[in-house]
Amino acid sequence: MLDVIYILWLRQLKRYLRSRSRIVGSLGQPVLFLIALGFGFGPIYARAGGGSYIQFLTPGIIAMSVLFTSIFSGIEIIWDRQFGFLKETLVAPVSRLEIMIGRTLGGATVATIQGLIVFVISIVAGFRPDNIFNVFLGVIVMILTAILFTALGTAIASVLEDMQGFQLIMNFLIMPLFFLSGALFPLEGLPPVLAFITSIDPLSYGVDGMRGALTGASHFGTGTDIAILSLMTLVLLGIGSYLFSKIQI
Amino acid sequence: MNSIIKVSNLTKKFNGFVAVDHISFQVEEGEIFAFLGPNGAGKTTTIKMLTTLLLPTSGSIMLNGFDPVREQAQARRSFGIVFQDPSLDDELTAKENLEFHGVLYKVPSVLLKKRIDEMLKFVELWDRRDHLVKTFSGGMKRRLEIARGLLHHPKIFFLDEPTLGLDPQTRNHLWSYLQNLNNQEKITIFFTTHYMEEAEKIAQRVAVIDYGKIIVQGTPASLKAKTKTKSLEEAFLVLTGHGIREEEVTSLDRLRLRRRMWRH
Repeated sequence: MLDVIYILWLRQLKRYLRSRSRIVGSLGQPVLFLIALGFGFGPIYARAGGGSYIQFLTPGIIAMSVLFTSIFSGIEIIWDRQFGFLKETLVAPVSRLEIMIGRTLGGATVATIQGLIVFVISIVAGFRPDNIFNVFLGVIVMILTAILFTALGTAIASVLEDMQGFQLIMNFLIMPLFFLSGALFPLEGLPPVLAFITSIDPLSYGVDGMRGALTGASHFGTGTDIAILSLMTLVLLGIGSYLFSKIQI
Repeated sequence: MNSIIKVSNLTKKFNGFVAVDHISFQVEEGEIFAFLGPNGAGKTTTIKMLTTLLLPTSGSIMLNGFDPVREQAQARRSFGIVFQDPSLDDELTAKENLEFHGVLYKVPSVLLKKRIDEMLKFVELWDRRDHLVKTFSGGMKRRLEIARGLLHHPKIFFLDEPTLGLDPQTRNHLWSYLQNLNNQEKITIFFTTHYMEEAEKIAQRVAVIDYGKIIVQGTPASLKAKTKTKSLEEAFLVLTGHGIREEEVTSLDRLRLRRRMWRH
């Protein structure tokens, strides 16, 4: 069982490391956000008494790149279906659960690597972690967030027939998840409706957890963040596995 | 002889549309069996049910003594398959694709390396083993898929239109591999094709399916005798008609089918 999960994990990793254009391409957006928003809003954020905006923004941008990469990794199943490779795994004498676990861990690993690269870039841009020993806690939050959204991507890909519906997912799921997560703005003193929405967005806990671990300032509390993320990850893994087991070719 | 594939009254309905309609047939161990039929006749649906990708609506299948519905894992280990469309990972090398397959099929790692080398040499891709599959031609991909399908020593080898889109040289080459394999290892081969001369040359027995029903089965010679034709292609056209098939089936088509079944 472990060797099956390992080979599926390894495949995802090899595919990622071999497509340089994918690595560079998926770093473009976070870097743009970091520079344009970080330095663009920096002065006004400081004048409003918020301190350094780069310091505030970086965990949000790391979470963003983890979100995008992991959902895409999950959605890669649609490609595998279109290019036929999915059939090869589905007729093999292994359970769907093993396939799901292997793929999810692979996708989550890729997303975590991507998050770590953005973290390093943000340090070049001027970000400083509050406490170097808490960085590992941030990595744990990153891994949890990555698993959660890879499972979500898998769940989506299991019900989508082809890439036609992808634009819809992008506009009505991924973008709202990102913009309503507190990645770009503090969660303190929001209008009640927005406060409620942010509190049901799983990414909010990913952003907040990373912010707590990397800068020491947290809205929900890092412990709460990790607990809620773990719970949501389990739920989504369950849903993803169920939908994946129902795929018919 | 021992029937390695036994199908009886197999049926598949999709929302009321009957794609495969109570078909029954048997394939003997070590036989080369061709499953023929026009587009949309139910060939691929049948292969999908035989290979556990689709659940039958009713009827039963025995594959190497296992039921693909209830004994999925054992049934899956009994066969290898080359799908109609390519199913390799383009971003992996030839060797990596085979390694992936070997691990999924639990080939012990001490044997796996040797077997991969053996299969790569068998399909003459040994010198390209470390190249990414996306650099391969259509024929090379097909050969690699054959190597992959055979890697775990299956008893039955399914090939769904394996020679589609290949040039005559590659096609000949491919069939000579498969015939060799059938001779030496007594592996059962079940294939579909639109090239009737291939089926006539290679297959020991054929079944013709149309509108989800098997209209005739037997040796190529017996089909020709039955239809009083000189080639399997002519026999096929007599049996299935000259009209070009659209995916939708009208009641008139069914009527014609019934008439043809009565006549033969």
